Amino acid sequence: MIINHPILGPRDAAEFVYKGDASLINRPDPQSDNAAERFYEYGYLRDNPAGLHRELWFHEQGDRSWLVVTRDTTTHEITKVELARDVARAEGRSR
Amino acid sequence: MTGKNRLNGGLIDRSTSFGFTFDGVRYSGCAGDTLASALLANGVRLMGRSFKYHRPRGPMTSGSEEPNAIVELRSGARKEPNTRATTAELFDGLVANSQNRWPSLKWDAMAINDLFSPFLTAGFYYKTFMWPKAFWEKLYEPIIRRAAGLGSLGHDPDPDSYDKGFLHCDLLIIGAGPAGLAAALTAGESGARVILADEDFVLGGRLIADTGMLADEDGAAWAAETVARLNSMPNVRVMSRSTVIGAFDHGIYGMVERVSDHLPEPAPGKPRQILWRVYSKRAILAGGATERPIVFENNDRPGIMLASAMRAYANRWAVSTGSAVAVFTNNDDGHRTAADLVSKGVKTTVIDTRPDAPDTADYETLAGASVTNTQGRLGLTAIEVTLSSGTTRSLTIDGLGVSGGWNPNVHLTCHQRGRPQWDEKLAAFIPGGTLPSGLSVAGAASGAFSTHAALQTGQAAAVQALGDLGVKSSTPDLPTAEDAPIRVTPFWHVAGAKRAWVDQQNDVTAKDIKLAHQENFRSVEHLKRYTTLGMATDQGKTSNIAGLAIMADVAGKQIPEVGTTIFRPPYTPVAMGVLAGRSRDKTFRPVRKTPSHYWAEEQGAVFVEVGMWMRAQWFPQPGETHWRQSVDREVLQTRKSVGVCDCTTLGKIDVQGTDAAEFLNKVYANGFAKLPVGKTRYGLMLREDGIAMDDGTAARLADDHFVVTTTTANAVPVYRHMEFVRQCLFPDMDVQLISTTEAWAQYAVAGPNSRKLLQKIVDPEFDISNDGFPFMACGEITVCGGLRARLFRISFSGELAFEIAVPTRYGDALMRRLMEEGKEFDVVPYGLEALGVMRIEKGHAAGNELNGTTTANNLGMGRMVSKAKDSIGSKLSERPGLNEADALKLVGLKPVNSDDKVVAGAHLMTKGTPVDAAHDQGYITSACFSPNLGCHIGLGYLKSGDTRIGEIVRLVSPLTGVDHEVEVVSAHFVDPEGERLRA
Repeated sequence: MIINHPILGPRDAAEFVYKGDASLINRPDPQSDNAAERFYEYGYLRDNPAGLHRELWFHEQGDRSWLVVTRDTTTHEITKVELARDVARAEGRSR
Repeated sequence: MTGKNRLNGGLIDRSTSFGFTFDGVRYSGCAGDTLASALLANGVRLMGRSFKYHRPRGPMTSGSEEPNAIVELRSGARKEPNTRATTAELFDGLVANSQNRWPSLKWDAMAINDLFSPFLTAGFYYKTFMWPKAFWEKLYEPIIRRAAGLGSLGHDPDPDSYDKGFLHCDLLIIGAGPAGLAAALTAGESGARVILADEDFVLGGRLIADTGMLADEDGAAWAAETVARLNSMPNVRVMSRSTVIGAFDHGIYGMVERVSDHLPEPAPGKPRQILWRVYSKRAILAGGATERPIVFENNDRPGIMLASAMRAYANRWAVSTGSAVAVFTNNDDGHRTAADLVSKGVKTTVIDTRPDAPDTADYETLAGASVTNTQGRLGLTAIEVTLSSGTTRSLTIDGLGVSGGWNPNVHLTCHQRGRPQWDEKLAAFIPGGTLPSGLSVAGAASGAFSTHAALQTGQAAAVQALGDLGVKSSTPDLPTAEDAPIRVTPFWHVAGAKRAWVDQQNDVTAKDIKLAHQENFRSVEHLKRYTTLGMATDQGKTSNIAGLAIMADVAGKQIPEVGTTIFRPPYTPVAMGVLAGRSRDKTFRPVRKTPSHYWAEEQGAVFVEVGMWMRAQWFPQPGETHWRQSVDREVLQTRKSVGVCDCTTLGKIDVQGTDAAEFLNKVYANGFAKLPVGKTRYGLMLREDGIAMDDGTAARLADDHFVVTTTTANAVPVYRHMEFVRQCLFPDMDVQLISTTEAWAQYAVAGPNSRKLLQKIVDPEFDISNDGFPFMACGEITVCGGLRARLFRISFSGELAFEIAVPTRYGDALMRRLMEEGKEFDVVPYGLEALGVMRIEKGHAAGNELNGTTTANNLGMGRMVSKAKDSIGSKLSERPGLNEADALKLVGLKPVNSDDKVVAGAHLMTKGTPVDAAHDQGYITSACFSPNLGCHIGLGYLKSGDTRIGEIVRLVSPLTGVDHEVEVVSAHFVDPEGERLRA
C-alpha cells in the first residue's frame, strides 16, 4: 500500500506501524460521571466495518507523525490522510 | 546438426552449440533452446513421472504453464528441483535430471501405483490413512511423501546472491506480445516512463511462435525491430526474463527477474535473481492466453501436447514433435497448427469435433470425430479415433496436438477482487469484477484473440492509461495483421473417459471429479480441495477450466453457474531465495552493538542477543570453566568493591518543552510535576487498560527538560506510545520527544567503591559526594578534562551506584578509562547475567515481572498510581477484577532446603492442597543462584503474597519433576533497608 503523507507525500506502507481505530483519539474525560463505563467502551469496544475505516498509522521509519488514514477495508482504497494532531484538535482535544 | 528432429528455420543460433546431459546422457542443443526443445530435438519425449501414479510424461506445453516436464537442474549447491524444462534456458554444460522416479525414468518401480489407481482416487488419503491416528505422522505420511513427490533439495547453502529492488514508472506493461509491444511503442513515444516486462528470454509472445500473424512482414522480425526501437528510448526499460508475479495494492507489482538463471553461474558481482517491487501509476496486463487441452482416455502420454506448443516448437525452435502427427481440436486454431506442420513437411491429420469443420486439400480432416484412446507405454505410438459415423479408426502417429480453445491469462486480474466472467462466444473466462486499481487488460488476456485486435487494444489501452495521467500520446503506425474470427464449439471431454487426465501435475482424472461430485463436494472450492485440482505448482493453468466443465456436466449446470476459483500470487513459482534477498545468515537482520562491544570482545566476553543488541553476558577469566563461576565472581566483586556494566541498550527518550512535566504526569502512573531539577525518579508506565507496560527513570535536567529511560525491549514501543499520547491525546501540550538511545553511551558503575572510581574521572569542579550528589541525583557534568557527560545516581543492583553517559563516540574510550582507573579497586566488568542476579537479589522488577498480565497492584506498587491526577491507565486500573483481595503480589522465595533450586515458571501451591489449576497460588517469574545468600532464590507472584511472608509453600513443576518447599520472603533479599543505596 501507499500512504499519501500530508507532509511527505506518497510513502510505502512498510514505513508505517498500524495501531487501530482512530476512535482511540477520543479518550474519555476521567472526571466525567460515568468515566469507568466510558473508559471500558473506549478500551474494548470497536466497530469492525467492511468499508470505510478511519485508523491510526505511525510513520515510525519516517517523521514519526501519527496519521489518521481513511481506508476502505474491502479494497484498501485510501481516500483521506490527515495528521492525527489536526484531527485531535478538530475533535476538541485542544486545551 | 543438433538432434534428429531438428527442422529448418527457427529463432535458434545454430552456430552456438551447447552440450548438456539429461539423466547422465550427453546431448547437444543450440543457443536459444529451452531444455525441453533441445530434448525434443534429440528425440527425447519422456521427461518425468507423474506426481501420484508415476505415469510417464513429456512436455505438454512450451511455456511457464507446463504441468509435466518438471526436472531438477544443476548439481551440488546449485541443484534446483521442480523446474520447468519448457522454460529452462539451455546453456553449455547444463546438467538436468528427471525426478520422482526410481531406479530410472524408464523403469520406475513406483509406477505400480498406476495399477492400484482404482484405490487411489480423490480423497484416498483422507479415507485410508485415518486409523490408527498415531500412524499418520510416523508411518503413512513419510511413505506417501517419498512415493508421491517432486524433486529433492540440494542440502548445501545456495552459493548465489539474490537482490531486492524498487522501480518506479508511469506505465507498467506486463507481457511483450503484440498487445504489449503496441502499448509500449505508443507509451514510449509519448515520453512516459515505461517498463515492459516479459517472462520469456525472447520478446514477442505468439509473434515468435506463430506464422502469418502480420500481413506484410514476419512477426518475429517485427517484434525484434520493435524491441530494438524500445531499447533505444531512454524512457523505456525493457525487461526480459522478468515475471510479474503479483498485483498488489495501489499500483504495486511484484516482479522476479531471472538475471543469471540462463548462465552456468552468475557473473561476478551479479545476483542470481532480483525481486523487484514496481510502483506504477498505471499498468496494462498483456499476458496473452493459454491454450487448454481436451480431456480424453489416456491423454497424458509423452508425445501428446497442446497444439500451440507443437506449433511453437516447430516455428520458434525448429523442432518436429513427431514424424506423423494428428491435431485434435474443437476450434479453428487447431488448424493453424496443422497448416504450419504441413508446411514444414510433417504428415498431419486433423480430428475436429465439429461436424462443420473447415476442410482443406492440404491435410485430411476428420469432422465430427474425437480421440477415444491412445497407445504407447513410454510415448505415443497410436491413437483410436471415433468417427462421426461411430466407427473407430486407428492412426499410427507419434505426435498429437490438442486444442480445446484458449483461456485468457486473467491471473493478475484476480489478485485483488477480480472475478473472471464467462464469455459465451469465446467459451472462456475473461477478466471481470473489480480489477486492481490502475490496471487495464489488452490483447488475448482480455479476450481479443486476433493479432489485429491485440495490436489495437494494446495501443488503445496505452492511450487510455496515459490520458488518465494527463499525458497526450500519438498513435504510432502498427502493422497490418490477421484478424481471423474466433470459431470454437465448446468440447471439454470425450464422453465416458475415465483414466483421462484433467490436472496432469496433480494427477487428477475426470473420474476423480465425478467422484467428488458424487460424494457431495459440489462447490467449486470444495472440488478443488478434495481432488487437489489446480493446486499444484502450475495453479491449474491448463486444467481448471476443463475441471469446471466436467463438474458442470455431472451437475447438469452451465459453467457460469458453477463459477470459478480465482488465482493468487505468485503467477509462477518463486524461489525462496529471492524472497529472502540479502536477508540470510548474518545479514538476516542487522545487529546492534554497544559502545563497549569491541572492548568486550577483547576481554573474551560471551555475548547474547537481546532484541537486536549484542550484549555481554559474562566475562570469563582464566581458570573459569563454568559460566556460574564467572557470574558469581562478577556479582561478589561488584558488591564488594566496584563493577561496570554497559547499559546503553536501555531506551533513552529526551522530553523537552514547557509542558514536559505535565506530559510525564500523563504517561507515568506516578507523579512527576513536583520532581525538582537535578533529581531522578522511578516511573511506572501503564497501558490504558491498567496493565503495567514499562518502567524506568525520568531525570529532570531542567524545568523543561527530562531524560526518560525505558527497558531495552520496550524502547521502541514506549517511544511510539509517548508520541501517540503527545500527538493524538494532548495535541496542544508544548512538549517534544526524541529517542536518544544511540546518542549516549551509558555505563552503570556499581559497588561501594563506585564513587571513588568516578571521582578519578569526573572533573574536580563537580561534587559527587553523598551530600553534593545524593541518592537519585542527576546532573550534567564533564569528565576526563572537559568531555560533556550526564551522571545519574540510580541503582539497579542495590549498591551505591551511578550511571554515567557520554556521547556514544566516546563510549569505548570511557570504558577503557574506567577499567584503567579502577585497577586499584579491582574493578570488574559485569555482564547481563550478573546484572540479572543482582536485581533479583534486590527485588527489582524487570520484563519477567512486567509480563503484560500484571498490574501496579500485583507489583506491590498499587499506591504509586496517583489518584490526584489523570494518567494513562489509571482509570481502568481501578477495575474490581484487578483489585481482588487475593490478588497476586510480588514476593521473594527461598528454598527451605538450601540445596533445592528455584525454577522460573514453576508454580506455587499451598501445602496440603492438590496440585491442580484450581488450587494454583501463583508462579515464579525470575530465579537465580544468589552468591551472596549461597542458595537459589526467586521472585514470583503469590496470591495475597504480601500477607504471607514466612509461610512455607510448595514449589511444583510437574513438567520438570520439581516439587519441594520454599519460604515466602520479602523480595528484597539484599539490603532491605536500602542503606547501601544512600551510602
